[in-house]
Amino acid sequence: MTPPTAHAEAAGRHARTPWEELVTAALLGTDRRTPPLTAPGRQAPAALLDAAAVQTVRRRAGLRPAPAADRPAPAPADPRPVVPAAARRRLATLLADHPSASGGRRGTAPDLMELLPQWLALAGDRGFTAPPELLPALLNAARGRTDLRPQALAFAGPRAQWLARFNPDWKFALRAAPGSAPETGPQGQRELQRRWQEGLFAERVTLLATLRAHAPDDARELLSDTWTTERAEDRLMFLDSLRTGLGGADEPFLEQALGDRSRNVRSTAAELLSALPGSALAARMADRAASCVALDRTAGRPELTVEAPHECDAGMERDGVAPKPPAGRGERSWWLGQLVESAPLATWQRRLGDRTPDDIVALPVADGWRGELHAAWCRAAVRQRDTGWSRALLGSPSAPDAAGPGAVSLAERAKLLTTLPAAERAEWVAGFIDAHGLSEAFQLLGVCAVPWAPPLGRAVVDALNIARDAGSYPWSFSGVMGLAERCLDPAEAVRLEALTATPDEPEDASPGAGGYWSEAFQRLVSTLRLRAAMRAELDG
Amino acid sequence: MTQQGVRWTADQVLALAPDASSQKAGSRLGIAGPWSRAGSSGEGAVWGLCKGSGSKPYQTVIDTADVAGPAYKCSCPSRKFPCKHALGLLLLWAGDGGGGRAVPDGEQPPDWAREWLDGRREKAAAKRSSPGAGPGPGAAAPADPEAARKRAERRAERVTAGATELERRLSDLLRGGMAAAEQAGYGMWEETAARMVDAQAPGLAARVRELGAIPASGPGWPARLLEECALLHLLTSGWLRHDALPDTLAATVRSRTGLPAPAQGTPLRDTWQVLAQYDTADNKLTTRRIWVHGQRSGRTALLLSYGAAGRVPSLALPVGLALDAELVPYAADPASRQLRADLGEQFTAPAPTTGHPPGISPTEATARYGEALRDDPWLDTWPVTLHRVVPVPNGPDWQLADAASETALPITPTAASRAGLWRLVALSGGAPLTVFGECGHQGFTPLSAWPHAQAETVRL
Repeated sequence: MTPPTAHAEAAGRHARTPWEELVTAALLGTDRRTPPLTAPGRQAPAALLDAAAVQTVRRRAGLRPAPAADRPAPAPADPRPVVPAAARRRLATLLADHPSASGGRRGTAPDLMELLPQWLALAGDRGFTAPPELLPALLNAARGRTDLRPQALAFAGPRAQWLARFNPDWKFALRAAPGSAPETGPQGQRELQRRWQEGLFAERVTLLATLRAHAPDDARELLSDTWTTERAEDRLMFLDSLRTGLGGADEPFLEQALGDRSRNVRSTAAELLSALPGSALAARMADRAASCVALDRTAGRPELTVEAPHECDAGMERDGVAPKPPAGRGERSWWLGQLVESAPLATWQRRLGDRTPDDIVALPVADGWRGELHAAWCRAAVRQRDTGWSRALLGSPSAPDAAGPGAVSLAERAKLLTTLPAAERAEWVAGFIDAHGLSEAFQLLGVCAVPWAPPLGRAVVDALNIARDAGSYPWSFSGVMGLAERCLDPAEAVRLEALTATPDEPEDASPGAGGYWSEAFQRLVSTLRLRAAMRAELDG
Repeated sequence: MTQQGVRWTADQVLALAPDASSQKAGSRLGIAGPWSRAGSSGEGAVWGLCKGSGSKPYQTVIDTADVAGPAYKCSCPSRKFPCKHALGLLLLWAGDGGGGRAVPDGEQPPDWAREWLDGRREKAAAKRSSPGAGPGPGAAAPADPEAARKRAERRAERVTAGATELERRLSDLLRGGMAAAEQAGYGMWEETAARMVDAQAPGLAARVRELGAIPASGPGWPARLLEECALLHLLTSGWLRHDALPDTLAATVRSRTGLPAPAQGTPLRDTWQVLAQYDTADNKLTTRRIWVHGQRSGRTALLLSYGAAGRVPSLALPVGLALDAELVPYAADPASRQLRADLGEQFTAPAPTTGHPPGISPTEATARYGEALRDDPWLDTWPVTLHRVVPVPNGPDWQLADAASETALPITPTAASRAGLWRLVALSGGAPLTVFGECGHQGFTPLSAWPHAQAETVRL
């Protein structure tokens, strides 16, 4: 053994040779470059390794912390409470559920990703914010699904915005600042102006929409300041955001936009004006439309006669009437449709002898103009959010032509339904399903409030049951099934339980259908239970 | 036992899943729908019947209070372990909270579950009462001490031959230069590693294999390769002269070379909080590391579990639980810095806990690592809990900055590229928090964090 002093001496020598020299010698080889090391009885490579080992361990043992970099400003405080523990775990599971790339049959398991929007809505309604450790997963989910973004970002709150600054993948979160009212006061005003002047297009759309929701007049003024310098596509998008909070004060601005260079901007301005029944444009349209439709009392029972316009004059064009019809449509009926849809509905009551909307809709129309006229009234009722006319045009849900190719198409009916109160909407659709089954009901169900009201839920479940008994396959109803999973009231799960058993197959049924139905109902029931659990967890 | 077991959290249950698809399948079964006649004994046993695609429901039973982590039995044909039914049942049990409607507590197990549970308890009891039979390899007394001594001698000779050869190869490498070795590529190292496997020195083989990856690891590789060659040289020299080394260091050299002594310390009973659990895998072996901290003793210990050929390591202790159990340290000397231990007898089922071990500053953390190198110069990291640190971006990298001074520990690049970093940053929000992780020469790897003193452990 070497005496301790010799050890220390050797170690000292090893430590004095600069590390870089050792690395160079090792890289080139000791045959070419001999390191300045002498160790008694050691060959050059071993001596080099000895020295390198001493330095390596010495350096590691002597590690010191680095100087701290500039600390970022802390995330702004979020006054909302974090969701309860059980709900936090549920959110983690929902976020961990990646839609399977393979696709294929879904079996009996609920589709968790589809429940995320609902979970976010429930949590948002209850004024909760996200648990911090789940923000990265939440931002990643919102990154992949643009439809989730507004809800997800509102729920995630200021800390998510703060976090997104550090990761380029989450840039989208910085562009959208949903829900928050822009700051008031001179400071806020300057900031607002700066963002409006310098922001990217998407940012500016968001800014305008947010401001419009809180202060409609300020938003319009902000827009009118820069209106003439905006590009035509941008003008169209900005104009569109005025739909929110539309009011009489917007009329002068919209009137001016009727003279816009872009035809699309002109027609959007006209459409917005026609939604203001008191506007000058609405009055002009009322005059034009009224001159086209008259009540003929000479026949045995009163009848509507239609005289469509013979030309599209400059005044009509300026008021947004498109002169050229799409292929396959006659010019005159095309112009008529546009006049009637833009005229205030109250015009007709006055002109047609103070009849109610129901009476007017019931009047026979001469010369096959009924479809054209009623379709235009539908568009007007939707645009003017007129419940009386909507009700009249919808008619009875059980009427034989409600599902057929009647005067009013299903798509138009769905739009009309949106003007009615939620309960009435659900009742109408329930009546429709009772009378006509599910095959045409998908669009109508889509506009009903979630969770579905009891009569509607019962109607859907009964109809599904009838469809099963009829022996068809469940995937013919996969759209409605998917909606039911998301929209049916969880309380219905009890009634559905009986349907999850595999029934004996009737002779005329499609082979195996019973098993698939039972599977589909199992999935429906377990999804409903999951939704009930989600809600209970959030209510803590 | 009348104590009602505290239920786990869903995160802790999901951590048991062998893979992501099992997690997903399990969470879909974690609702009351498919389950019937579920119950739990309050002593850690949970059972239930799960409606499957067949007419007969699957019988699922779990013993959460087992010595080696939870044990499962399910009548389904799945080869996943635990299967989705076991995970789903545990999730249902975990999510049931105080209500206990879906999985009521304090029930009597049905016959099919009792049979299995009793069998397990009997086996465990027999194991405890049989003399000398503790957990851990090599605990059973060798049948023939003389033959065993001879076997050990023969093995030591082969290792010595291997170490001598490795010394020679390292010398050749340094003589010819590492630049030449870069061109020789990975094959040369693989061949050397295979020789070390033949020499029954798996520790040396693993280090040699790691050397092979360094030349492709980007700028600065010559310095890193020299460091690792030098440490390997230090190890072989240590082996060749281990008679002259102090006992602790000699034991370290033996275990680093690949001849670990069995767990031989005095069992230490404590309430062990699970701080972290993570797996690393190469193509042959999955290694699971579980860090635990004794709430009374203040000791930190490392439990290792292995899974060969793609199998999941058998030991699973979800982060955030604490268990009253005995740990058997590998080191005979209680003052040793050898942290590895085996899980011995477990006295209660693991239950959720809050709070964190006492923390230290970044300066103290590097000092601890330095001190630990005295007993084991081959240590790459040392487990520490950092108190009041803030994750701070530093160019493209991140560091954990001390809230009370201008010092910081850089976060290792591998840790910085993982999702855990973002969870850490989100959890902090720019405010100080407590972080447990591994501190070493490459920086700090955060593994779990607590935003405040009473918080649940957040796994990173």
